[in-house]
Amino acid sequence: MTRPSRYVPLLYIVFLLLPIYWLVNMSFKTTNEILGSFTLFPREITLENYIAIFTDPTWYMGYVNSLTYVLINTVISVLVALPAAYAFSRYRFLGDKHLFFWLLTNRMAPPAVFALPFFQLYSAVGLFDTPIAVALAHTLFNIPLAVWILEGFMSGVPKELDETAYVDGHSFWSFFLKIFVPTIAAGIGVAAFFCFMFSWVELLLAKTLTSVAAKPIAAVMTRTASTSGYELGLLAAAGTLTIIPGAFVIYFVRNYIAKGFALGRV
Amino acid sequence: MNKTFDNKAWLFVLPVVALVAFNAVIPLMTVVNYSVQETFGDNVFFWAGVTWFEQVLQSERFHDALLRQMFFTFSILLIEVPLGVAIALTMPRKGPWVPVCLVLMALPLLIPWNVVGAMWNIFALPDIGLLGRTLNALGFDYNFTRQPGDAWFTLILMDVWHWTSLVVLLAYAGLVSIPDAYYQAAKIDGARPFAIFRYIQLPKMKRVLTIAVLLRFMDSFMIYTELSVLTGGGPGNSTTLLSIDLVKIALGQFDLGPAAAMSLIYFLIILALSWVFYTLMMRNEQQ
Repeated sequence: MTRPSRYVPLLYIVFLLLPIYWLVNMSFKTTNEILGSFTLFPREITLENYIAIFTDPTWYMGYVNSLTYVLINTVISVLVALPAAYAFSRYRFLGDKHLFFWLLTNRMAPPAVFALPFFQLYSAVGLFDTPIAVALAHTLFNIPLAVWILEGFMSGVPKELDETAYVDGHSFWSFFLKIFVPTIAAGIGVAAFFCFMFSWVELLLAKTLTSVAAKPIAAVMTRTASTSGYELGLLAAAGTLTIIPGAFVIYFVRNYIAKGFALGRV
Repeated sequence: MNKTFDNKAWLFVLPVVALVAFNAVIPLMTVVNYSVQETFGDNVFFWAGVTWFEQVLQSERFHDALLRQMFFTFSILLIEVPLGVAIALTMPRKGPWVPVCLVLMALPLLIPWNVVGAMWNIFALPDIGLLGRTLNALGFDYNFTRQPGDAWFTLILMDVWHWTSLVVLLAYAGLVSIPDAYYQAAKIDGARPFAIFRYIQLPKMKRVLTIAVLLRFMDSFMIYTELSVLTGGGPGNSTTLLSIDLVKIALGQFDLGPAAAMSLIYFLIILALSWVFYTLMMRNEQQ
């Protein structure tokens, strides 16, 4: 490998971090400094914006709401995707290929198409403005993805494992829960990571399905941007805080990302 | 793998089918329902047949939005896929820097989409943003809220920033799965770096790259949140892609019929193109 190419990843990371730096930088500035001057780092560091967020329930409850529906969604998606992925990886059955493609088509449905019908559907069943509504709505694209990822991991496990377990006298569920699930733990980690990711970043459906009680943080931010003028510092602080849960999750799965992908869908 | 034929496997799939059907079929039928009816309010509907579909398919507005969408999707695919592969190739395979690289690179993927839009908005503003200020200081007349060209530049740069990492992660996973023996064999044969890339690395990455292209294709066709925060489709209509236009019609003007018809056409376009990708991918896999 030639020497200069070593710097490509470094340059790329600098490019990735620049806008993030700018956001963090702004979150520590006073409104006067943001609008009045152009400074590469805050002249007088202020925590005003962060204090405003942590003392106002509409703000911090936004984080609680978001995390609630993201976690519910991740659990539901992975739990129902596990047996389905097992079925796809081990059996042929009537309509299996069509079913698999149909599931994937839901990953392709633009949320903009479904926003209004979703609002009507969840209002009709009385779940509107609850975290459960958003969690269920997000399963639309997360279940197909989880099935897709898990199916890849499961197909990598030889079928002899199943057969040996049955010979050893395991029942199906005892085999599935005690032997099979631990074997594909990496795959479950990767699937959960993607479910978390796509549910955490989605806003259109989350915003459509909530009004007051379950409003996600991302929607609280859009409100601030539009109603109370343009409080850039506050917006930047809220944005910075939304990066943190994601960073945590990546940190925990960092070893799985490369290894997991390599075992699974490659 | 030999799979056993057993229709009882349906029982395993049932929970998934039930949940997804609840979320997909009912809303889809609602859209179909609106797309063939006309309303004058008060919940009174009339049969409208295919009027809305004809109207949408013939409207210049839809054609323009579709063309812009195509241009956007193909531009970002052309930039992100080669760039992602190049970065994955230059990344270290082993050592303490690998997890650091991966964590930092995955960061943009986990930022909520409206925050991505807001962040780039702040970053690119000509008076207080780092990018805007720098470009203007270098003598470019840059203002993404006024000039369509600049808006496009910012939009594509934002998408490259946001999603190239997905291609990098997938391509990298493909690369690390290549056993060392392959490289040693290539070394013995005296293969040049390009030959190694062409005959060892590229074939091994084929499958993950297809997934990357498919995911990027589908997602770029649906881009809404980041774009609506960054430019809102402006200046004028210059960055109004399909989803922005759809939301303008559905929620802005509340024209349910045309919006529903447009939704279906929009969905069918994604579906048709993805089906082509999917079939090609499955054919590769069987070989």
